[in-house]
Amino acid sequence: MPARTYSRRTFLARSGLIGCSLAASPLLTPVSFAAAPWDNRLVVIILRGGMDALDVIQPYGDPAYAGLRPSLAGGPGNGGLDLDGYFSLHPALAPLMPLWQAGELGFVHAVSTPYRNKRSHFDGQDLLEAGTPGLHQRRDGWLNRLLQVTPGVEARTAFAIGQGEMKLLQGPAPVSDWSPDAQLALSPQAERLASLMMEDDPLFHAALSEALDLARDGAPSPLGGEKRPAAHRRIADYAAQQLRQDSRIAAFSINGWDTHNRQSGALRRSLGRLSDTILTLQAGLGTAIWRKTTIVAMTEFGRTVRENGTGGTDHGTGGAMVLAGGAIAGGRVLGQWPGLDEAALFDRRDLMPTGDVRAYMGWILNAMAQTNRADIRDVIFPGVDLGRDPGIVRA
Amino acid sequence: MSTAMRFDGELAEIRFGCGLSPNHALATGPEDVLSQLAAPDLAAQAWPIPDFDGAMAEARAYISLRQEQREAVGTEAFEARNVALTEQRARLRDLRADWFRSRLLRCATSAQPFRERLTLFWADHFTAQGKVPALRYAASPYVESSIRPNVSGLFEDLLIAAVTGPLMLHYLDQHRSTGPNSPRAKRVSDRRGQDIGLNENLAREVLELHTLGVDGPYTQQDVRELAELFTGLGYSLKDGFTFRPGWAEPGAETVLGQSYGGDSAQLEPILNALRDLARHPATAQHISRKLAVHFVSDAPDRHLVAYMAARYQETGGDLLAVYAAMLDHPEAWQPQLANVKPPFSYLASACRALAIPPAALGGLSRGQINRFFLRPMQAMGQRWEFAGGPDGWAEADAAWITPQALAERIRWSMDVPARLLRTLPDPQQAADQALGARQDARLRFVVSAAETEREALGLILTSPAFQRR
Repeated sequence: MPARTYSRRTFLARSGLIGCSLAASPLLTPVSFAAAPWDNRLVVIILRGGMDALDVIQPYGDPAYAGLRPSLAGGPGNGGLDLDGYFSLHPALAPLMPLWQAGELGFVHAVSTPYRNKRSHFDGQDLLEAGTPGLHQRRDGWLNRLLQVTPGVEARTAFAIGQGEMKLLQGPAPVSDWSPDAQLALSPQAERLASLMMEDDPLFHAALSEALDLARDGAPSPLGGEKRPAAHRRIADYAAQQLRQDSRIAAFSINGWDTHNRQSGALRRSLGRLSDTILTLQAGLGTAIWRKTTIVAMTEFGRTVRENGTGGTDHGTGGAMVLAGGAIAGGRVLGQWPGLDEAALFDRRDLMPTGDVRAYMGWILNAMAQTNRADIRDVIFPGVDLGRDPGIVRA
Repeated sequence: MSTAMRFDGELAEIRFGCGLSPNHALATGPEDVLSQLAAPDLAAQAWPIPDFDGAMAEARAYISLRQEQREAVGTEAFEARNVALTEQRARLRDLRADWFRSRLLRCATSAQPFRERLTLFWADHFTAQGKVPALRYAASPYVESSIRPNVSGLFEDLLIAAVTGPLMLHYLDQHRSTGPNSPRAKRVSDRRGQDIGLNENLAREVLELHTLGVDGPYTQQDVRELAELFTGLGYSLKDGFTFRPGWAEPGAETVLGQSYGGDSAQLEPILNALRDLARHPATAQHISRKLAVHFVSDAPDRHLVAYMAARYQETGGDLLAVYAAMLDHPEAWQPQLANVKPPFSYLASACRALAIPPAALGGLSRGQINRFFLRPMQAMGQRWEFAGGPDGWAEADAAWITPQALAERIRWSMDVPARLLRTLPDPQQAADQALGARQDARLRFVVSAAETEREALGLILTSPAFQRR
């Protein structure tokens, strides 16, 4: 793809909008003039707690499956929505079936980060967000390193949204960080004095500058209605609002996947939030931008293939990624299915990971941000074995 | 050792206490700070919170009212029972607001602020939360019973109190975990054809978070064996903690190469395993480092940590000795304030610095407690008593000073203290109360240049010098 030579500024200048009525133009107030480094949109959702891949994309075609999941039974006979004759989808994701049929929803099964054996949420998430082969090898997150190797990045290019920490975006490249709930209204004098007072403390100074910037143009969401929408919808709506403008990347979390007990109820609620989030993004982005959008949901690990004694599942290894968006070639369950025979399991208890989430993510970055493979292998996901291109993002 | 790195009374209040207060004299030396722990717990007497048994009584009342309401569905009695249930629910919410207020007042007024800081630290280290409506309010009573009385004894006693606390057993699913070969598992399998079994959650967190640390010398096999050893730990709403031999996995279990238990199911081998974990060198290292990170700096000097860990090992985990080592080390007294106060400590230290009268806090309704404190804390990233997971709140300063959290700290500082004070203090006096000697020329200028007293007060409280410790 040729470098972008076309920016909103030139468009506006050519169409004669710049000039006498610049300040008054309603078209100009909410947008800034920056040209983004690429045109595609990427949304990364971290599913914190360890999503049970086997209950979400149910391998009902595997002969061992039913025996492992007596009360958490899936498959079309138990309400699962058939995907391809082998896998079925958890019924709580039914609202996404039209996307599946349109090729705008897909999955990668039996994948994991390089994290093995200890099954800690915190380390698992740290590794997922660091993108490294082992723990504590890098302080920055992989999505921040994507920005580091991309010219023309500005703070608005990538947004971490919501109140939780998003380590995958932390690092030296500038990113924006905001929650749709935040508010800051200071008198001009107080604003000036606060800036002066925090000038010498880099942590406070950076946070304040960004808070003031964002408060200035954080127009209230157009979502009307008498009742405030749930937090995950507000986050998705805010992400869509930013991605319609100059932002190209949004990252946020959906919690609630640590289903040790009575998984059937807990998982239904979390999947409901995921499904809502994807549909809110689709509606908020509009058709044209949705076509350029890839949504990737990833989790720190999968869960045990067997149910535990309390109607749930414990921390495991191999998991799944959820893919959505108008830019993807979906309608497929990707990945190499390892089978659920005892001998095929990891440690005789977990789904065997047959692929690396970093490799799939790497190919997505390669396609959507034109990031070259050397940068992916050496910088963003150090040492990753990319393997063959799974062709997730449509050319 | 640089000459500046020595005991400083203001620094003692800021770094190891709840901040400066115009109502209390400064600590005079490390022994003075430690002596707070030997004295009777005055703040708990002044601002009481019931113990966990008291909270259980409220939970039982809630559950029986809910049961009665359900049984009355479709009958004439329903309306009255529904009202009774709703009232009990409101009572639980009121209690939670009362307990929050007590904890805030303790930090804001105590003459033994080091005890408050330690209680907060260990309550976070042993995070436990109610996951059902009846226990959703139980975290403060859990801290009152299991944590607070044990903050200056042996770590093993604190560990045992926390891990066998009913709220912890509930939070980390231990009360449901059953030995796969236990009498109970066999009975359920025979009667209902169901397989019930182990849940590893508590065992994993004890190794990873509470004792050895995630880099500690344990394997998945140790997690499994400890989970098998833990079977039998349980609680009931009626009796609190119970040991249930019928749930326990038969036989001995090997954890870190050491065998525990054997023929008959007993509690003692479980406690022995916890004691051994508490005395393990990896635990000494993990706990010492975590204390140093929390109290001194996100990146503590390794000599400080080594010094504390050595005292820990010499004394078999005597926490008082470990604190003494920390306060004794020059690195603990570096004058630069390195850490950021988390939201609760931040708000409490503001109340303390401004000497907001206890009566003003005592008179707040539940709605006002929510509006003035709990909701702002959530917007600052700290949902009171509901950290994101069993690892508790972040220690990293950057986790708290995000644009949205800082925006809320500024908003709160400009708004809430002024509502709680009948008359606003003179700005320079407020700066002296809040910051002591930690005011530079720029801060003095800011205070003098603010357009209103309210803004001056807000700016003092949002100065990095006040937000750090």
